[in-house]
Amino acid sequence: MSTNTAMVEKYRNNFLKEVEANVEEGEWVKMCMQCGVCAGSCPLGNAWEHPPQEIFMMIRAGKREDVLTSDSMWMCTSCYNCIVRCPRELPITHIMHGLAHYAKRLGIQPKGNPTQWFSEVFWNNMMKKGRVNELKLGLSMYFKDGFVSGIKESLKNAKLGMNMQKTKRMAPMEFFGGHGVKNPGDLQKIIKKAQELEAARIEEHGK
Amino acid sequence: MAKREYSYYPGCSSQKGASSSNMMKSVATMCEELDVQLNEIPDWNCCSASIGYGSGGELPRLVMSARNIALSEEHNPDQDIVATCAACWLSTREAAERFEDDENMFKEANEALAEAGMKLTNKTPIRHMAEVLIEDIGYEEIGKGVKKPLEGVKIAGYVGCQTNRPFGIDGESYENPMYLDGLVDALGGDSIPTYEKKVQCCGGALAFSEPEKSQEMIKGIIEAAYDNDADMIATPCPLCQANVEIYQDQINAKYGTKFDMPVVYYSQLISVAYGRNANDAALNGQIIKARKLEEIAAK
Repeated sequence: MSTNTAMVEKYRNNFLKEVEANVEEGEWVKMCMQCGVCAGSCPLGNAWEHPPQEIFMMIRAGKREDVLTSDSMWMCTSCYNCIVRCPRELPITHIMHGLAHYAKRLGIQPKGNPTQWFSEVFWNNMMKKGRVNELKLGLSMYFKDGFVSGIKESLKNAKLGMNMQKTKRMAPMEFFGGHGVKNPGDLQKIIKKAQELEAARIEEHGK
Repeated sequence: MAKREYSYYPGCSSQKGASSSNMMKSVATMCEELDVQLNEIPDWNCCSASIGYGSGGELPRLVMSARNIALSEEHNPDQDIVATCAACWLSTREAAERFEDDENMFKEANEALAEAGMKLTNKTPIRHMAEVLIEDIGYEEIGKGVKKPLEGVKIAGYVGCQTNRPFGIDGESYENPMYLDGLVDALGGDSIPTYEKKVQCCGGALAFSEPEKSQEMIKGIIEAAYDNDADMIATPCPLCQANVEIYQDQINAKYGTKFDMPVVYYSQLISVAYGRNANDAALNGQIIKARKLEEIAAK
């Protein structure tokens, strides 16, 4: 049984309880008073299908699928405006990140959304050597829709790349190797353990 | 012996050949001048930035920072961690606070670190370089060392998001922080305290994944600098700097604007005002040349 199915069975119509148990800072969702300050404060507010206060209401109304498959949370730029302005001090940014991650964990995130894709590329890039390789990160973004469109995107951004190189803020040699921690294996072991601990906690909730 | 010593967390963009290597270099110059010794955390790793949450989740993401704090505690004991990157600072401080508030999370972080024989005590203050400048050194002392005041240079202080929220600098407002303006004034420049886009988001990591939406916001940040007759924008944040500087060509092509607005770091302002040359201030790292700073540096 997938974790997604297990959670549906376990929590039935109580999506709020599921969020409280499994989503980062999810225990705060019930505190939202629906004022909408978060929606008005969000720099990309116009790009959200459901602004945060609506997401909170939808969670309380049990609209599990609508929330988790929404691309709304993936529009968060992590500007933290909503956090500092929320009259009830909900850690809204973290809850949005938490919901986005939870959807991804369950495999039901909006697959076409570029930010969810980028977040994965970023994490994998970072985990290889313990530090981000900016050159490869940029290239993988250009090539995300395949080779042909990758070449097109690269050409579109060629001047930018030249500018970065000329000012020594991009090093072509980073493509081969690049910066990293001394022993990436040790770091990967640490993170693997952390992933196991987190997964175990969530699986336990699904039982 | 340096007057002040800190455990330094530069971050991925502040490495040789990386996007804010000009900040790294000018910070080193600035710290020489201010008698600040930065002891780099040996073997530090990425903080997972503000986009790592998607795949990283909570604990793995926080443990990335736990490793850095543990390394700092081991190698640079009793020194505050100081980050120059907004995301590095935010992630590290957020992790430290989460471990402080959540005993179970702290226990699990140590369980994970033990895989590589490491241990976190989590007693280290996590600070931003701006706090060092403003709280530990102060405007007055910074002003005293100025050899070449930035006279006649009008500077829009662009604080951005993550240097300012959710933690920010003590005593400063989230909505209208004044410390960059205070710093510009201390250096003899002309600040613009009413620069209305000083805390506007540049899109952050979404500048890569949602370029159109982000560039629309960046356009506003630059436009407001022109509206205020600014000669340049100055910022403490490496991603703000990059986002606001490097896409000006693309924005011009799309919107028919004629942007050519330099975007520099506060550390470059200090380096120049303290009499250092263009090279030490890493002015060659600007895609859009900060000519007024170059002129002062060449005097």
